[in-house]
Amino acid sequence: MKKSKKKEKKPGFTGIKELGTSMKKNTTLYIFLILPIIYFVVFKYIPMFGNIIAFRKYVPGQSYFGVSWEGFRYFEMFLKDEAFWNAFKNTVVLSGISLLICFPIPIIFSLLLNELMQKKFKKVVQSVTIIPRFLSVVVVVAMMNAMLSPSTGIVNRIIEYFGGEAIYFMNDPFWFRIIYICSELWQFVGWNSIIYMAVLSSADQEQYEAAMVDGAGKIKQAIHITLPIMLPTIAINLIISLGNILNIGFEKVLLMYTPTTYETADIIQTFVYRIGLMGANYSYGTAVGLFQGVISLTLLWMANRITNKRWGCGLW
Amino acid sequence: MKKSKSRIVFEIFNIILMVVLIVLTLYPILNQLAVSLSSNTGILTGEVKLLPIDFSLDTYKGLMKESKFWINYKNTIVYTVLGTVIGLFMTTICAYALSKKRLVGRVVILRLIVFTMFFGGGLIPTYNLIKNLNMLDTIWAIVIPGAIIPYNVLLMKTYFEGLPVELEEASSIDGLSQLGFFTKIALPLSKPILATMTLFISVAYWNDWFAALLYLNDGDRYPVTLYLRNIMMGATMASQTGLNIDASTVQSVPEGIQAASMILVIVPILCIYPFVQKHFVKGVMIGSIKG
Repeated sequence: MKKSKKKEKKPGFTGIKELGTSMKKNTTLYIFLILPIIYFVVFKYIPMFGNIIAFRKYVPGQSYFGVSWEGFRYFEMFLKDEAFWNAFKNTVVLSGISLLICFPIPIIFSLLLNELMQKKFKKVVQSVTIIPRFLSVVVVVAMMNAMLSPSTGIVNRIIEYFGGEAIYFMNDPFWFRIIYICSELWQFVGWNSIIYMAVLSSADQEQYEAAMVDGAGKIKQAIHITLPIMLPTIAINLIISLGNILNIGFEKVLLMYTPTTYETADIIQTFVYRIGLMGANYSYGTAVGLFQGVISLTLLWMANRITNKRWGCGLW
Repeated sequence: MKKSKSRIVFEIFNIILMVVLIVLTLYPILNQLAVSLSSNTGILTGEVKLLPIDFSLDTYKGLMKESKFWINYKNTIVYTVLGTVIGLFMTTICAYALSKKRLVGRVVILRLIVFTMFFGGGLIPTYNLIKNLNMLDTIWAIVIPGAIIPYNVLLMKTYFEGLPVELEEASSIDGLSQLGFFTKIALPLSKPILATMTLFISVAYWNDWFAALLYLNDGDRYPVTLYLRNIMMGATMASQTGLNIDASTVQSVPEGIQAASMILVIVPILCIYPFVQKHFVKGVMIGSIKG
């Protein structure tokens, strides 16, 4: 994912001539780029500028970029809105827990998997644990409903077997975060560990042999050899995770939450969807969305700066 | 070399842990399969685990009669095929062009694409755009907006960059045009990444439900994932009262039928997965290491 650091000439205004020659030589390649560029302009960059309606009044059916300036009115509105702050708090808490739990577990998993001596078994474990990544979030939530059902779900059967009482997991604000995290782990641990497995398999075996001759145990080897190898990948993944910290599984939450769990389950994006889009408060919702987007971008930028300074690696 | 005692204990523990993880991963899927193959009374006992109770195909027979399910299933197939063709085409030409280091302007375009991974228009401006383009309630609203996923472009670009440069030089001396090189030499050499991309893109379309929720009103155009979501909401509704969900989109369906439709949504993916898996583990690895 890391972009190449090679210094290539940027086509500033002085580079126009260069661009012209390049275009003549590589006409086919530039033709290839026409459709993708149109795609990105229309479906990514126009909506990006469409965020302007966070500061402008938007009337459906009239100009896409709004009809009149409103300044920061919509921002003031949501900053005073308790429901927004609830969603904000939930987003930070949920993604914080996610990062603490769902980020390190694939790393640990890959280390353990790498220690498996049976090559075939290792492959089977890897292939099986990746499968859930390919299931639709709708299917995952439907399975959760089935597993956690108070009447027929296996989890409650086990609880009752040990003399407990059935829990209405999906309707209980207390359980929401726990089942959310568990389902994320179920779905993505295998997938997220692929990249670490790749790094581990590229590790230099001689180093390990040398370390063993020196009498370094497995744990020492892990700290002094494995970890430094994995560090750049971990750092880059961490930056990306931090940049996406506010963009947690919106679709899953939307499928999971009910008015009884809004208290812990309502996140910024579901708030935007419900209040902004369903409630037709377009400018208000866009303002909330823009607020989130800018925070995310800032976090990404900061995380990248820190890893650049400390470990000399980063996204750019 | 002799293994120490603690090492052996660790290895045994590790194997047990991995077996447990496999069971935990597969259990929900196999359980739903067992439910879908049980009779209605068997399901209601709540005792169905990995094996069907009172084996019967009634749920599938019941599902056969659900014409909505099949209309939506057919829609999913159409969206997936069309979306994959468009998405694969767009991703490939984009990634191929951007993989050529000699291209002036490449870095700028690349940066602008990567930027969209981290900042975008958000829900409402994107929705308004689709509305203004008159794409609401059409197949295009489902197929076009997700056609290029920047991450896929980066992955594919990395693969193309790995093709030997000498190859292109040699074939241009032989008089092959750039287009000819792309179709006759570069593409045939890129089967692993093309297979990986086909899997990623088609799975994304197959699994998508949110675009349909946003952009489609007509139930006859829904993909099957949205059908599943709606019967799921119906089941959730039945377990709690006083919820204000639009009644027209909600229908109450027995658990067995829900399990059967889930299985039918999963099966095509599980069928393709083993064939592509060996390619994509490699593809992702190459992409991520070189990154």
